[in-house]
Amino acid sequence: MFRRLHEPANAVTIQIDGSPVRAAPGDSVAAALLATGNPVCRQSPASGADRAPFCMIGACFECLMEIDGVPNRQACLVPVREGMQVRRQARPTPVGAVASPADKVAS
Amino acid sequence: MSAIDLAIVGAGPAGLAAAATAAELGLSVTVFDENTAPGGQIYRGIEAVAGPRARDLAVLGPAYAAGKAVVERFRASKAGYSPATTVWLVQKDRRLGILRDGKASMVEARRVLIATGALERPVPIPGWTLPGVMLAGAAQSLLKASGMVPAGPVVLAGNGPLLWQLAAQFVAAGVNIAALLETGSAYKAALPHLPAVVLAGGYLAKGLGLIASVRKAGVPIRRSVEGLRAVGKGRLQAVEFTAGGRAERIPAELLCLHQGVVANAQLGMAIPLKHEWVEAQRCWRPVLDAWGNSDVEGIAVAGDGAGIGGADAAVHAGRIAGFEAARALGRIDAAARDARAAGDVAAWRRHLRARPFLDALYPPARALRVPADDVMVCRCEEVTAGQVREAVRQGGTGPNQVKSFTRTGMGPCQGRMCGLTISEIIADALGKPVAAVGTYRIRPPIKPLTVGELAALE
Repeated sequence: MFRRLHEPANAVTIQIDGSPVRAAPGDSVAAALLATGNPVCRQSPASGADRAPFCMIGACFECLMEIDGVPNRQACLVPVREGMQVRRQARPTPVGAVASPADKVAS
Repeated sequence: MSAIDLAIVGAGPAGLAAAATAAELGLSVTVFDENTAPGGQIYRGIEAVAGPRARDLAVLGPAYAAGKAVVERFRASKAGYSPATTVWLVQKDRRLGILRDGKASMVEARRVLIATGALERPVPIPGWTLPGVMLAGAAQSLLKASGMVPAGPVVLAGNGPLLWQLAAQFVAAGVNIAALLETGSAYKAALPHLPAVVLAGGYLAKGLGLIASVRKAGVPIRRSVEGLRAVGKGRLQAVEFTAGGRAERIPAELLCLHQGVVANAQLGMAIPLKHEWVEAQRCWRPVLDAWGNSDVEGIAVAGDGAGIGGADAAVHAGRIAGFEAARALGRIDAAARDARAAGDVAAWRRHLRARPFLDALYPPARALRVPADDVMVCRCEEVTAGQVREAVRQGGTGPNQVKSFTRTGMGPCQGRMCGLTISEIIADALGKPVAAVGTYRIRPPIKPLTVGELAALE
């Protein structure tokens, strides 16, 4: 959804849902995500609708992602690091319910 | 645990200027900031742009470049700096709960300065939760921090200086701006404040320059836009609106919304400091004396977090707070403080003269303050304006009661994205002033920390 004015020097590579994404040192995880074709970071826990980073300053909590195994990190506040493992967050499955295919995040 | 003299929350213009000033007067100072580099939102990424990313300066413009001197003076001082640090608690006894590298700890300070700056006012429209819709400041943050611009056609909608500044920056960067939709500027209401904004120096010329550069580039502009909607299936596809009675639909990949900024009062409200409703800016601000002191002994607020004044005013407010901290801790007496701060007090007042004009010129549209029933106002819990009104009909008298009726404000953003809207809707429904309705009771931790982090608290 976003493009870089200049190609980064010393690019790092992170993994988003297992796919390599090139990022610049100093990028936040949310910025690296937005430079890909798919800005979706998670599904809303309330309805399951796709959400994307919204404020980029740590206030709206839309950009919650699983980063290096820790869920619900604010991706706009976490700087990228070589080899970082990032996952989009699916809508949590209600207790006792069985996950349906619709609960998977489109990627 | 030994107490530092001055703990500052926020490394924007106010926090950095206060830190440098207080440290130059011999105080032990630490600035705690959530970001990885100093500058706050307004000067985000300034050290990188002043250095290796110098090419981006041509796009970002001279107002942004002014941040270099503010950061340099801070770096040259002896003030301590704790980046990538979340302040999740400030107690009345001036103990701060911080979180850094996944480790929570407490810091004790003899004085605290809250310099948490501004947030964008929420812009609740139908479809504003769609991927492809973001705040204008978010897009600007990407430009400042990462040198990124929208790849496809973008629509900018709303009002306020930042919207025009972003449009001018996009023009300079060669971005495809499909349209700029202005939701209303009140020239007649602003006119009486014209002499003051001229005396404030630079503001009018800067604004007219930005608007001229956007016009010159041939960006399609619509005025008095109403009925703004973001539409698309799972992703933004188009922006719909009416202008001059004519319905229009503009395809876009990105919609940037903006209707001004408001004081980020979250931390102060959680202490709590006494706050008041500011009708002209339609937001809350802490009640402060002339030196920035709150109603809680030893805790002060400076910069946009004390009420919107802009970055230049914030630098002077920060310096004033630095002098006051030195006085309160006995480093200088009141006469010395007055003498040293006189230039900053005069400059601060001069910059604030621009505000009544800007506040009157760019009022948030009523339909965006008090949205229609079908509009989602709480993004986290997906609560509509209609559900809030229903809760009021059932006897809800204020935001805290409506919160327990509807879950609005209970999500992870803790009311940052819906608080103002909820107060406005309830006030409107009850026919009361917002000041009488109040706002959410904010409680610490104001930022998330895990149970494990809390248990390991040192």
